[in-house]
Amino acid sequence: MKPAENTARAKVEASLQRRYRKEKVFRLYGLLATTVGVVFLLVFFSTLIAKGASAFLQTHIRLDIQFSADILAPDGTLDTAYADFDAIVRKALAEQFPQSNDRNARREMQRMVSIAAAYQLRAAIEANPDLLGKRQSIFLPASANVDMVVKGNIDRMLPEAQRQVSDRQLAWIDQLESEGRLVRKFNTALFTNGDSREPELAGIRGALMGSIYMLVVTIVLSFPIGAAAAVYLEEFAPRNRWSDLIEVNINNLAAVPSIVFGLLGLAVFINWLSLPRSAPLVGGLALSLLTLPVIIIASRAAIKSVPPSIREAALGVGASKMQVVFHHVLPLALPGMLTGAIIGMSRALGESAPLLMIGMVAFIVDVPAGFTDPATALPVQIYLWADSPERAFAERTSAAIIVLLGFLLIMNLAAVVLRKRMEKQW
Amino acid sequence: MQATTLVLILAGMATAAFYLGRSRSLAIAGGPAGIRKLHSLPGYYGYYVAMWCLLPALGLILLWVIAEPRVVVALLIKSLPEAQQSLQAGELNLLVNNIHNLAAGDAVSGEIDLVLREAAEKHAEYMQASRSLLATLCVGLAVLGTTVARRRIAPELRARNRVERVISALLIAASSIAILTTIGIVFSVLFEALRFFREVPLSEFLFGLNWSPQTAIRADQVGSSGSFGAVPLFTGTLLITLIAMTVAVPVGLMTAIYLAEYSSNRVRTLAKPLLEILAGIPTVVYGFFAALTVAPAIRRVGESIGIQVASESALAAGLVMGIMIIPLVSSLSDDAIKAVPRAMRDGALGLGSTRSEAVRNVILPAALPGIVGGVLLAVSRAIGETMIVVMAAGLAANLTANPFQAVTTVTVQIVTLLVGDQEFDSAKTLAAFALGLVLFIVTLGLNVIGLHVVRKYREQYE
Repeated sequence: MKPAENTARAKVEASLQRRYRKEKVFRLYGLLATTVGVVFLLVFFSTLIAKGASAFLQTHIRLDIQFSADILAPDGTLDTAYADFDAIVRKALAEQFPQSNDRNARREMQRMVSIAAAYQLRAAIEANPDLLGKRQSIFLPASANVDMVVKGNIDRMLPEAQRQVSDRQLAWIDQLESEGRLVRKFNTALFTNGDSREPELAGIRGALMGSIYMLVVTIVLSFPIGAAAAVYLEEFAPRNRWSDLIEVNINNLAAVPSIVFGLLGLAVFINWLSLPRSAPLVGGLALSLLTLPVIIIASRAAIKSVPPSIREAALGVGASKMQVVFHHVLPLALPGMLTGAIIGMSRALGESAPLLMIGMVAFIVDVPAGFTDPATALPVQIYLWADSPERAFAERTSAAIIVLLGFLLIMNLAAVVLRKRMEKQW
Repeated sequence: MQATTLVLILAGMATAAFYLGRSRSLAIAGGPAGIRKLHSLPGYYGYYVAMWCLLPALGLILLWVIAEPRVVVALLIKSLPEAQQSLQAGELNLLVNNIHNLAAGDAVSGEIDLVLREAAEKHAEYMQASRSLLATLCVGLAVLGTTVARRRIAPELRARNRVERVISALLIAASSIAILTTIGIVFSVLFEALRFFREVPLSEFLFGLNWSPQTAIRADQVGSSGSFGAVPLFTGTLLITLIAMTVAVPVGLMTAIYLAEYSSNRVRTLAKPLLEILAGIPTVVYGFFAALTVAPAIRRVGESIGIQVASESALAAGLVMGIMIIPLVSSLSDDAIKAVPRAMRDGALGLGSTRSEAVRNVILPAALPGIVGGVLLAVSRAIGETMIVVMAAGLAANLTANPFQAVTTVTVQIVTLLVGDQEFDSAKTLAAFALGLVLFIVTLGLNVIGLHVVRKYREQYE
């Protein structure tokens, strides 16, 4: 009888332990790889929310404002366009902190209140002219630095020289806090204002409107053209070189870097067609060329999934080829095509590189009111704010990202719901 | 007249033309009962008339949009005094620009003199005239088309065939837009790049080791020699791409293997949408994360173990880019793995191999071409990626392979050269198009090969 060590079975059994160990390690690697993506997502969203959530609230300071007629209407009549509202804010601050009244102190005091305070007071007195000469307790927006201290984004332990807030201002903030004069309210400025150099005044409305105008141009152009191209390629195109060329082309265009579409937009739309720079119209044109392949590919898949029996039945009762497509195939393929369009739009909404090329990176305060007004887009606004050194802008950038991701989430959910609801099993 | 009002008016006219055509055909047929006499359904006669109303006018608008600026500028230059007409092309351009800006109420460079003001008024006048001429011509064409088409309606007119022919022409036109886009990209990039290569020789651009595109405005300026050797940009791009791929390929591939071969259904239905979220995050957001969270973290870690890390290191940009590309690699690898026939896997398992042995010795070799194709597509994506590197990688063109140093990439330079206002024909601006050309050629090559390999391989097992 041979010794047990020499049989094949023995060899296999001897190596089994090593092989099983390898198997376990391999499996572990797979699990690790899968968790990498998920862990990144978790880290990403948690830092984003930790950084950005506080931007949705803005610190306000409650001050007792005396709308004194002496300051606002020195010659007897109130002209709100020229009245010195800053002065009554200064006076209210001086009353609030009576112990310090040298010039420097007063300047530091004033820096604690946003320059938007004067506008707010003007609006208040324009809405209610009876306020003149009265005294009222009003919540005024605090400056970005005070806001950052209250939210704990500026380290109080740093030496005074390295911090944007002086010791004296810190003491005042504590005093206001203890008197209950500091209140955090919903940051409406973030949603109603355009861009600004002052963080507490900067909002995403201009960028949001720019993005919406661009998406309107994009969907109006790319959905009909994409759908038509898909219909042609799927239903009518003869199998020849030309349609092969178109097909290869579309697949390649889908993988061309987006920045190249920006170069195309710059050279063709701006230099050749002399369309205005920075306009949502041009951005929309560039983005529609970018989303066209996405929409064509999705629409073709949707048309392909309509079973041939539908076409044959329609042809059988005497419909022309065109009638078959437009009366029967398209209505059935439409949900799938719309899903593709929404996914294309969500890609367009997040795109920023081509927009940099066509000048949509300018600092634009006004909210655009049309397709040819200078504008930026939401992702470009994020890029611009991310470059700003102020802490308050970092917070606002995160908030803008949360808003952008919110929109993308809604669009993708809509696509999923549409797909689920309209999906037919043939 | 506003362009939108014109389009609205035309749309209204087309609707009216549709009803005109339909009622005309019904009248000829002698009411609904006589429809059998007509060649096509009444609606097709309506569409036929509406097409004649709309298409000529739309064609005119398209021509107008292309020709109008040229004609107006030519007229404007003709109307300028002699002294201005004999200016150099560049100065003339500036003058015309100023006139445009003044007419639009924007800031003007230099002083506003009488000539400029008059020219701006002229410009506004011409534009006004051109717009009203366009509007009248369009409406005229629409009316003409409608009446002619309506008159031609007769029972034997093959309205449906004609309408269908026009529709199929439109469909072909729509599908050719993809070709037009490619041609547009090639020409717009190629033209400017050729102008650049007239100023800077191709060999210097491709093999030069020094990149500093600042051209001197004054002769005595320091450090603005304007050298356009793009090798540091290529190496920088490759370095960041390499870092990204070392993250994305193993992780993406192992994820695909795990999800396809090991995981339970529940894990799969949970993990796949999560990875899709990763693919859906806009790149600008990745860039923000790389610049403000990952780069400082890497710096801190580097400092604590005694490595000098630049604040805009290639590592941070590459790592985040790698994470961005994981979903792409994993979904393409997943396709390739799924395409391996069941029988091969079952055969390997039946012979007693463990799952990992089956994966390593049977499935991966069989799926390799597909995976390589997918990796090529991922490389092309990494090379063309812009926002992450613009925000997280540097501007300095260092020729280095050290991932802890700052490098710059082709896309970063395109953005920095083209963002902001500069004249369009300086070598600096044109350099961006030359870089764009290189980028386009390289990514196109990778895509063609990658797509070809992926598709061919898929067919092999079908």
